[in-house]
Amino acid sequence: MTTDTLIGQEVTRVEDQALITGRGQYVDDLRLPGLLHLALVRSPYGHAKINRIDVSAAANAPGVVSVFTGADLAEQLGSLPAGWVLIPEQTGGEPMATPDHPPLAIEKVRYVGDAVAAVVASSPAAASDAVALVDVDYEPLPAVTDAEQATMEGAPEIHEGVANNKSFDWTVAAGDYDAAAAEADVVVKERIVNQRLIPNPMEPRGIMADYNAGTEQLTIWTSTQIPHLVRLLFALVTGHPEHKVRVIAPDVGGGFGCKLYLYAEEVIVGIIAKQLEKPVKWIESRTENYVATTHGRDHIADAEICGTSDGIVTGLKVHVYANLGGYLSTFAPAIPTILFGLMLGGCYKFENLSCTVAGVFTNTTPVDAYRGAGRPEATYVVERMMERYAHEIGRDVIGVRRRNFIRPFRRGHDMPIGVTYDSGNYQGALGAALDMFDYQAFRQEQRDARREGKLLGVGFSTYIEICGMAPSAVAGALGAGAGLWESSTVRVHPTGTVTVFTGTSPHGQGHETTLAQITSSRLGIPMENVEVVHGDTERHQFGTGTFGSRSLAVGGEALMMSLDKVIEKAKEIAAHEMGVDAKQVVFENGTFYVEDIQEREIPWGDVALGAYWAKNLPDGLEPGLEAVSFFDPQNFTWPFGTHIAVVEIDEMTGETSLVRYVAIDDVGNVINPMIVDGMVHGGIAQGAGQALQEAAVYSDDGQLLTGSMMDYAVPTAEDMPSFETGRTVTPTIVNSLGAKGAGETGTIAASPAIVNAAVDALKHLGVTHLNMPLSAEKMWRTIQDAKEARRARRSAAARRGN
Amino acid sequence: MNVEVTITVNGTAHRLSVPPRTLLSTLLRDELDLTGTHVGCDTSSCGACTVLVDGDATKSCTMFAAQADGSSVTTVEGLASNGELHPIQEAFREKHGLQCGFCTPGMMITAVQILERNPSPSEAEIRSGLRGNLCRCTGYHNIVAAVQHAAANSGGD
Repeated sequence: MTTDTLIGQEVTRVEDQALITGRGQYVDDLRLPGLLHLALVRSPYGHAKINRIDVSAAANAPGVVSVFTGADLAEQLGSLPAGWVLIPEQTGGEPMATPDHPPLAIEKVRYVGDAVAAVVASSPAAASDAVALVDVDYEPLPAVTDAEQATMEGAPEIHEGVANNKSFDWTVAAGDYDAAAAEADVVVKERIVNQRLIPNPMEPRGIMADYNAGTEQLTIWTSTQIPHLVRLLFALVTGHPEHKVRVIAPDVGGGFGCKLYLYAEEVIVGIIAKQLEKPVKWIESRTENYVATTHGRDHIADAEICGTSDGIVTGLKVHVYANLGGYLSTFAPAIPTILFGLMLGGCYKFENLSCTVAGVFTNTTPVDAYRGAGRPEATYVVERMMERYAHEIGRDVIGVRRRNFIRPFRRGHDMPIGVTYDSGNYQGALGAALDMFDYQAFRQEQRDARREGKLLGVGFSTYIEICGMAPSAVAGALGAGAGLWESSTVRVHPTGTVTVFTGTSPHGQGHETTLAQITSSRLGIPMENVEVVHGDTERHQFGTGTFGSRSLAVGGEALMMSLDKVIEKAKEIAAHEMGVDAKQVVFENGTFYVEDIQEREIPWGDVALGAYWAKNLPDGLEPGLEAVSFFDPQNFTWPFGTHIAVVEIDEMTGETSLVRYVAIDDVGNVINPMIVDGMVHGGIAQGAGQALQEAAVYSDDGQLLTGSMMDYAVPTAEDMPSFETGRTVTPTIVNSLGAKGAGETGTIAASPAIVNAAVDALKHLGVTHLNMPLSAEKMWRTIQDAKEARRARRSAAARRGN
Repeated sequence: MNVEVTITVNGTAHRLSVPPRTLLSTLLRDELDLTGTHVGCDTSSCGACTVLVDGDATKSCTMFAAQADGSSVTTVEGLASNGELHPIQEAFREKHGLQCGFCTPGMMITAVQILERNPSPSEAEIRSGLRGNLCRCTGYHNIVAAVQHAAANSGGD
């Protein structure tokens, strides 16, 4: 009999009972006696000098307890840290610029939303009323919001001494692109814009802090993906000792990367609670979230692909202007560089690659990881350029991909750029997707539809991603300011029930279920006898958190290690009880026994009790049954797959709809298929949102024009079709679970598939590229312009004919 | 000067005195401690705060508490009865219609109304009915499946 009874099963979630009955506990649901409420005064200017801040009217307003400016808190608050400093070897020998980031701006504001003062009052309403009474004398300065323009001569200087507003010029290369291009039959160039997005977790951020002056213990509840890193960075920025800070991530209403940093508000709320010796809460409004929480993407890429006229790609060259916003967010430098440049090889054989990235400050909200984080931008460039190239040489996009795929491999494949993919079968995923899709039938349907004036198109994305963040030594060598391993504790109680503590910090991913499934299966005990604890620095030792599709691939493996240790010790106890050698003991389905001696059987619960009762333990064995593990992987994991999108474009209005979506993902082994499918669905919708309708737009002077949910088009149920999902399974060799990570596949794959589909729909009109989002107006203009150009070509040809 | 509000919430009558600008969502959350009703935006866009007001799905952040005077309100805390989950709650769990759970209370309340008005909705009708409620986790796929599941379990097609 196997003990893997729940592995791979669609178990409904442990988390759901509380969440469907209104018993979730998000930060705003928490209450403390005497709670004060904090609201922030934020810059209405993109770029301005602060001449003076007069808080007197606000301080005297009803209900106001205190008002703080940056100067008031300067002694307690250092700069927010740059958590990833790129190494000079990759930035042309120049250290990257890491200008100070004061939590409350003191001399200058650098984006609309930059906080300048904090008001604390007895109610949220009193605090926000008083915000309007803080009189800030701003002297507006010229602003710049476009990353390319910010590097040009004469652009406003955002940080003193940062020339051309560039934090860095980052470079990686493999082979010799220029030589490859010189020899190539075909070179195709395209400017590819990956527009700025607003992450939009449904719960905006929220923070509550409470200080006990007697014990000097500061407790911070925050809607975060990384409670332990928040504690560490909070201690570094404020000087408050780390062991006297407890950070709790209660229920967190989505993150998608934007809750993955130390934010100014966390140190502001924490330090003010300490100063006032009163609990203080700040809840971000959605409108505030749009300017104060990090954005994603915002790349201008100039891409070049080269190859033979019969379909062999020989090289790719990309230069990117990556918009960093007004300051460096915690992990910002890694996103457009490490997680972008190292992914540009895709799942293809070409050996010549050149990538340069200018990281640029602008007068906009800081940009950092947003679901996929660098990998969607890379995949968009690679998959868009593959189809652009196939169209250029007049070959089918599937055949060209197949011709360039790396052959299937199970135990590592070295890429020219210096990374090693773990395992892959790109043909397999493409084949499975085509089986589900029926490509030939679609092409017939497309021709028929066109005769009826309906524009259909199909697009592909044979993506690969870098997940399972991360081997700490590799990340550290590339500039990471923290280790990226994960930890677990398995605590067996005397009755045999188990508490699992994990350093991952879920916010919708269902870890309480998935990790309980693993524990239940390994120990042969019912799932209800397992509790998974996360998100509290006082209950669990240091952990890294949830991002980069790492929680199962790294955190799950840390759990496996602790389970193994607990089982080994339990076997020793059982062996002693049975009077045999521990090597003879088999543990299966919650029972310890010795082969061929069936009457000697000890159930799990008896061993657990024995470990604590300790009346019959082997000599020298400590009582208790608990294990702690830290897992640091040797490599990243590299999920992949094929996504196929079908769009329909209304020729009269330009309206573009996603009508069919097929996704084959290979995330290695799967613990809970229901949960994996759910994450794939959500990821696809976010990628589709980017392709079709989402864009954060700034005016030239730095106003966010899409500053609310009325202006920024988060997809609704009506905008999305149902999705057709499936999987191939190529386990990773990086961890014993064989799991690669599944949180970001959809977002990474979807946007190129959908844009490729729209280009395919308009190919007969001569359209070769479209920039996202594919709004009706843009599509209508594209169609009109293409038809006009076609008319002009035809009449020119007719004239030549005459 | 406060206003008096008489309101029945999940079957219990309350008489409260609140500032005139108090929103219904604020009254539910801060006066009655019913924090299952979430506030996810400030433009009536996201629908996380949706409750039933006299049977109509209503964004409680868009209504003053005073406007709900005399009303009967059902929140997510009132969906289950006698320890039994409402069919829509069962369906959301069964079909994995939630991930982070923040939009879920409003989403389920809207779904209840969709099914009350049309026990056998088509997929397009469900999607249309849910368009005032945003979810960023599920891509709506399993929310739609949950509504279909609840419809089937309640005798609809």
